[in-house]
Amino acid sequence: MTLQLQARLCHGDEFELRIDTALPLDGVTALFGRSGCGKTTLLRIIAGLERVPGATVRFGEEVWQAGRRFVPLHRRRIGLVFQEHSLLPHLSARENLLYGYRRTPESLRRLHPPEVTAMLGIDGLLDRRIDQLSGGERQRISLGRALLITPQLLLLDEPLSALDTQSKREIMPFLSRMAEESQVPIILVSHAPEEVERLADRVAFMQAGRIERIDSLHEALARSDSPLFADEGAVSVLEGRVGEAGEDGLRPFGPPEARLWLSGAEQRAGDRTTRLRILARDVSLALDDPQRISIQNHLPVTIERIDPPRHNRIVVACHTADGQLLLAEVTPRAVRLLGLAVGQRLYALIKSVALLE
Amino acid sequence: MSALGPAEWQAIEVTFRLCLYTTLILLTLATPLAWWLAQGRSTARVVVQAIVALPLVLPPTVLGFYLLVALGPRGVVGGTLESMGLHHLAFSFEGILFASVLYSMPFAVQPLSEAFASLGRRPVEVASSLGAGALDRFRSVIFPLTRGGFVVAATLTFAHTLGEFGVILMLGGSIPGETKVLSVLIYDHAEAMNYEAAHSLSLMLLLFAFVTLFVVYSINRRFQVARV
Repeated sequence: MTLQLQARLCHGDEFELRIDTALPLDGVTALFGRSGCGKTTLLRIIAGLERVPGATVRFGEEVWQAGRRFVPLHRRRIGLVFQEHSLLPHLSARENLLYGYRRTPESLRRLHPPEVTAMLGIDGLLDRRIDQLSGGERQRISLGRALLITPQLLLLDEPLSALDTQSKREIMPFLSRMAEESQVPIILVSHAPEEVERLADRVAFMQAGRIERIDSLHEALARSDSPLFADEGAVSVLEGRVGEAGEDGLRPFGPPEARLWLSGAEQRAGDRTTRLRILARDVSLALDDPQRISIQNHLPVTIERIDPPRHNRIVVACHTADGQLLLAEVTPRAVRLLGLAVGQRLYALIKSVALLE
Repeated sequence: MSALGPAEWQAIEVTFRLCLYTTLILLTLATPLAWWLAQGRSTARVVVQAIVALPLVLPPTVLGFYLLVALGPRGVVGGTLESMGLHHLAFSFEGILFASVLYSMPFAVQPLSEAFASLGRRPVEVASSLGAGALDRFRSVIFPLTRGGFVVAATLTFAHTLGEFGVILMLGGSIPGETKVLSVLIYDHAEAMNYEAAHSLSLMLLLFAFVTLFVVYSINRRFQVARV
């Protein structure tokens, strides 16, 4: 199933938006681009909040907009979550949560309050007044409220950008769990690479009102010039399962041949695959496996690609023993002195590892 | 001060009826109009806004004069009504009701469109995404969040209609039980040198107007505090 979109929006002589695409409707699709590239406008067209003449929006078999046909938002069954808290201020947290649920015909309800409140950890918040909730808590209630209409599609418009770092940390696991468990396709508008790397399955890169390309997250991260690397440099995302913590409090991540040890306190063991986001500048390379060193995470890797130098740094793309891509950022001097070459086997030392969960 | 006689009670009854009907009609008309005005800044909206605000600056006699011409037996509206076998609207309660609706319109439209504008579009968009249709959105989100605007609009409309004089005198004359409202009766009393009767009615209106404005401003203030 796909979401077909055609829209042209002119501002004077220039195109503000020129879209002709079909977005796959499974998992999380990120619309990624700088502010002003038209991603929020596109989201509003999908939602039916912006009625652009001549635009076409088809959701699978359903025609939401075409010619003179226009289905208003309240009949599209789209869950919308905005940037800043958008709870209805005259209602309590519980009334907000149930506002849409009460308006959803019983036959369409597939998600119900008990599971949604558990999924988002908002059980204890429902009797509070809205002004007693933190930004992250409000956003979780907004997410729950949107989920409870059992939406056909969830549109998240920079849901984390108004939150401080701590609230972001707090809400991210809920978001990724929601993406996985609710089975509702999600379109996430974002200009933050971290959000995309943590949540998205594929990325539509937008620039100047157009979708430049749609890549899977893995493809997007494999390009050395990926726009996702604009902020913090190259990043790799490893996927794996987290095991039970050992006596020293460290938790194993990934299969034995490519095992990492994580120190975060909040991580839970489980069957679910989690993502580990690793900055390339936090990865060093060694020809031998150093034993007497404080860094505990050593992975045997094979060099797959060595990028040309940029700003006097070179990104070396390696794959781990379980076939995942791991990027290391080193200096041209290091490449020369170590004699790094494609196909070479060596060790990646990962200094700081931030588990995405 | 003298006690109120039957003429006074009759005028109070006419006045109260006029104010009540005007307020009810205007709230119904002004709500969609103010909503539309609050949605943007197009030229059409500015034109409508200016027209709605005209009674604020025009002498009431101007409005009254044109209404008399239009609603009278030979006017566009009055003539049509006559030809349909109905009565024209000059010198009738229906006529001054029509005039009051026009004359007090800015006092209903402006507080409402301000309230709608400060509400913003977010709560309404949220409600639509959660499956609420237009009427449902009005009932469950827009009205509860702009209730203060409605109270202010209703109170100001009621009070302003109470203070109407020029338009009514031009269009309605001074027919007891039909168009003789308090302000006209006070004028008649004063003309007849009946100062005591004019004084008791005037004082009544003065106190009523003060209480009304006091209520409006307290609501306004409470709303500002609540917003910050």
